[in-house]
Amino acid sequence: MLAMKRTQGRPIFQRVFVVLLISTFGLLVVQNIQTFGSLQDYGLKPVTSREFGGFLLSFLIGASAITFSLPLGIALALGRTSKLPFLRGASTTFIEFIRGVPLITLLFIASTLLNIFLPPGSNFDIVMRVVIMVTLFASAYIAEIIRGALSAVPTGQAEGAASLGLNYWQTQRLIILPQALKISIPGIVSTFIAVFKDTTLVSIIGLLDPLGLANNIRADSAWTGIVWEIYGFAALIFFIFCFAMSQYSMWLERQLKTDHH
Amino acid sequence: MKKTSEETAIHIDGLNKWYGAYHALRDINLTVARGERIVVCGPSGSGKSTMIRCINALEAHQEGEITVDGTVLSSDLKNIDTIRSEVGMCFQHFNLFPHLTILENCTLAPIWVRKIPKAEADATAMHFLEKVKIPDQAHKYPGQLSGGQQQRVAIARSLCMKPRIMLFDEPTSALDPEMIKEVLDTMVALAEDGMTMICVTHEMGFARQVADRAIFMDQGQIVEENTPELFFENPENERTKLFLSQILGH
Repeated sequence: MLAMKRTQGRPIFQRVFVVLLISTFGLLVVQNIQTFGSLQDYGLKPVTSREFGGFLLSFLIGASAITFSLPLGIALALGRTSKLPFLRGASTTFIEFIRGVPLITLLFIASTLLNIFLPPGSNFDIVMRVVIMVTLFASAYIAEIIRGALSAVPTGQAEGAASLGLNYWQTQRLIILPQALKISIPGIVSTFIAVFKDTTLVSIIGLLDPLGLANNIRADSAWTGIVWEIYGFAALIFFIFCFAMSQYSMWLERQLKTDHH
Repeated sequence: MKKTSEETAIHIDGLNKWYGAYHALRDINLTVARGERIVVCGPSGSGKSTMIRCINALEAHQEGEITVDGTVLSSDLKNIDTIRSEVGMCFQHFNLFPHLTILENCTLAPIWVRKIPKAEADATAMHFLEKVKIPDQAHKYPGQLSGGQQQRVAIARSLCMKPRIMLFDEPTSALDPEMIKEVLDTMVALAEDGMTMICVTHEMGFARQVADRAIFMDQGQIVEENTPELFFENPENERTKLFLSQILGH
């Protein structure tokens, strides 16, 4: 019974990943809807990303960053543990730089500094820029979590794989990473939760995430409600999603457990 | 230099290895004929594990030439992977993959390295699991098996690659006494099938029973090499005598 449950549980990582990937691309497509003029025929109006707001913005940035930072983090972790000096140096520099800089700084780079360096007249979407920065930020942390987990997998595992003739990529993909990712689930999910909450920082660069909206609502003379109600609601939604992620990680850990009868 | 013939499984010529300044292997020369069973013993740190780990390039050597199955070991990764897929190895700590079932452990390399269809790999794996007498555990995970069972799975996993040579690196030294026998029985059966084997082990009963040659190593050198009868009854080297008296004396 247990064995059956596990065999079904194995592709979970991949399945979740595919769902996240599809939904993220879906959101990005919706975001660039102006290029899909025909959709207007269905009553959908073009919306610029500046008009994005509320939890849609949080979810878009959060889901994109979570989806893309995991593969990027794995690549960086493998790069940092690589035998090739250039790859190791580049990965280490990237990770240490990103981890040494506050997310707010990166967001300001995204909103202001990048415009200076990009060729004049180029219109690189602001939400896209933020998504890239948050992804890079999260991937540096995830890389370090996975690097720790990689070194926690006994060296005998790589030797066992090598003695069977598996090459480097087969060994990493089939033997080392599945074990390392399992070890790093709590750390990875913590990072995901932190990243999702950090999406509220985009209100500082003028995007209207839930907290940015809350300020606008409070400033509106038509609003006669209680102040804590807005923040309370935002907190409740964030709690529900973060708690769900943490419950999910615990469920995943139970599913992937193989050492008991 | 001696030409490697069809009859030679492994030929080691002037092998030297250093760990930094530490000279781990000194001028090792060894020729293993096809179908030959060799037992290597010696005190810990004598280089016996290092020597057999050089044969499938788990350790890199600095000097000398190793020819496995007619192929000279080079630093080329493709060449190393090819040799490794022809040479099976069992480790002291089994090194089974804990996230895969017993069956998946056995079919992984045939599927990914040999590109054998899954159904065929499954059938081969079940054949060898029956041979090591644990087909009923095929869908369990390594963590659910005893040490002796795990080591037998490790042997089956290596056999699934249809290796021409098997290396054993102290396969019984991490096992409880009552489990040693089941693993040794498996190894004896393998020897009777004509497998070329190099075993690093202190199981002298096993050595007497199956070995064609016994080798004693000390301080990175092969100090004695003889048939098991002469090796155990009448060792020539003082160091061998002392070691055997200690290991057989208790």
